Order: sequence, then structure tokens, then C-alpha cells
Amino acid sequence: MDALLGQVHALVAWAFSLANDYDVPSLIEAGVFFLFAGLALLFACGVIFFRNVVHSALSLTATFICVACLYLSIGADFMGAVQILVYGGAVAVLIVMAIMLTRRDNMAHSNPSRGLFRHAAAAVLTGLFLSGMAAVAILSPFKSAPQSLGDAAPGLADLMLSHYVLPFEVAAVLLLIAMIGAIVLAKGAEER
Amino acid sequence: MMSFMELFQLATHVGLHHFLLFSAILFAVGLFGLLTKKGLIPLLMCVELMLNAVNINLVAFNHYMPVYDYSGQLMAIFSVAVAASEIAVGVALAFRIYRDHGTVNVDDLDEMKG
Repeated sequence: MDALLGQVHALVAWAFSLANDYDVPSLIEAGVFFLFAGLALLFACGVIFFRNVVHSALSLTATFICVACLYLSIGADFMGAVQILVYGGAVAVLIVMAIMLTRRDNMAHSNPSRGLFRHAAAAVLTGLFLSGMAAVAILSPFKSAPQSLGDAAPGLADLMLSHYVLPFEVAAVLLLIAMIGAIVLAKGAEER
Repeated sequence: MMSFMELFQLATHVGLHHFLLFSAILFAVGLFGLLTKKGLIPLLMCVELMLNAVNINLVAFNHYMPVYDYSGQLMAIFSVAVAASEIAVGVALAFRIYRDHGTVNVDDLDEMKG
């Protein structure tokens, strides 16, 4: 019994020494980041490689929710809520509705891709683009200094109704125009 | 040459670079899909992925750079509004094309080809 207790003590001491060596909060942060970033990328690949377009839509929604979790992990709580409401809710429903409106007989192969040559060309182009972007992202001398600016929602509201009031109104008009345009397009205008 | 320990330290201190890399990869996945898909609705989905990657950049910059207000997040919210209107019009267009042509395969929509 004493030997077992000694083992447990040694284990606890080892865990504490590990916790002293490593910065545990930042390790947890890294774990959360890598978990949700990896899941988001996995689901994003699912959007492309699923054969059934309904599965692709589900995968897209999962990507949106993983990105919302990433927003929450860096303290952008309002942005995470907007992401879940607008992307995970409205956009997902719209896309599923579009799939159902343009339904074909065989849903199993409803997400066709182009041929092998086109895939290779796209892979080369995307690889070039990605390596350029990654080089810029890694080599840029940004110093990460996490900010604490207080609550997001009041700060955003202050900005939105003072300095950015014109873009705010323009966005409102844009949404109205998009709504009318979508209705006219889908219903069909009266032609004389 | 960096030792493994240093590399581990660098990788586990999540900063701006992690988010920039992540959003670059997400954007590249969307771009790849945009170049290889045939259906109209999968193309719309890939555009949404790319827009999302841009929003991640805006929010990450606002969190990690020395700024004094939430302008970055506000830009992301405007971008979300634009993306939402884009998807509404895009879905309406896809529906219209399907009703007029009976297909949403972009390869079959070539009647304006000379």
C-alpha cells in the first residue's frame, strides 16, 4: 500500500514539475486552437470531397461552428455568436433549401468534380498560392500582444452608431436590396 | 537550426501567426474547391469558405495587434452582412437557372459561348 502511495506521490510531483516547466494556460489555449482548427480544416475538406451535396452542406455547417469556437477562444464572443447565428443558421438553411429546390434524381452523385487534369492544375495553383500566403504569414514580423478591450458588444455598438454610422446604413440598404433582388429573381418579374 | 523544444514552444504559444496560417489554409481549400467543382451550389459553398477565412483574419488582427477599439471585428460583421446578401442572391440565381435550364451544372450553361 505504501509503495502504491509513493508511486502516486511521485506521479503528482512529476505533474506539478511539468506544470512549472510549461505554461499550462497557454498549452490549453494551444490545445483548443489546434483541436478546432484541425476540425475546421477536416470539415472544409469534407465540403469538397463528399460525393453527396447534402453531406457537403452539413460539413460546411460544422466548419462554420468550429470557426465560431475559434472566435470564442480569442475572446471575440459577439463575433462567435454572429457566426453561429448567421452562418450556422441562416446561410446553412439557405444552402440546404437551394439543394432541395434544385434536386436531381440521384443524390448519391450530386456533387460532381472535374477530371484528373483539372484537379492537378488546381492543386498546383492552390499550392503556389498557399506557399506565398504561408511565407507572408510566417515571415511577417508581427508581435502578438493579446488585447483586452472590455466587452465586445458595447464597444461594437458605440463604434457602429458613431464613427461607422454610414457603413452601417449602407449595409442595411444592401441587405434590403439583396432581399428584394432575391425575391424578384426567384419569383420572376412580370414581363410585358 | 532550431531544437525540437524551441519548435514545440513556438507551436504551442498561439499567436497571430497561427491564425494567419489557419485562415490561409482554409482560403486555399475554398479556392481548390472553386477550381474543381462542377455544381453551382458547391461553388457557392466554396465562396463561403473563402469569405470565412477572411473574417478570421480580421478578428485575429483585432485581438492580437495593439489596437484601441473593435474596428476589426466591426469590419468582420460588415463582411458577414455582405456575405449573407451574396448567398441570398446566389441561391436565388441558382434556383432561377435551374428552372430555366433544368440543370445547375456549370459546364452545361455554355449557350453564350461564341
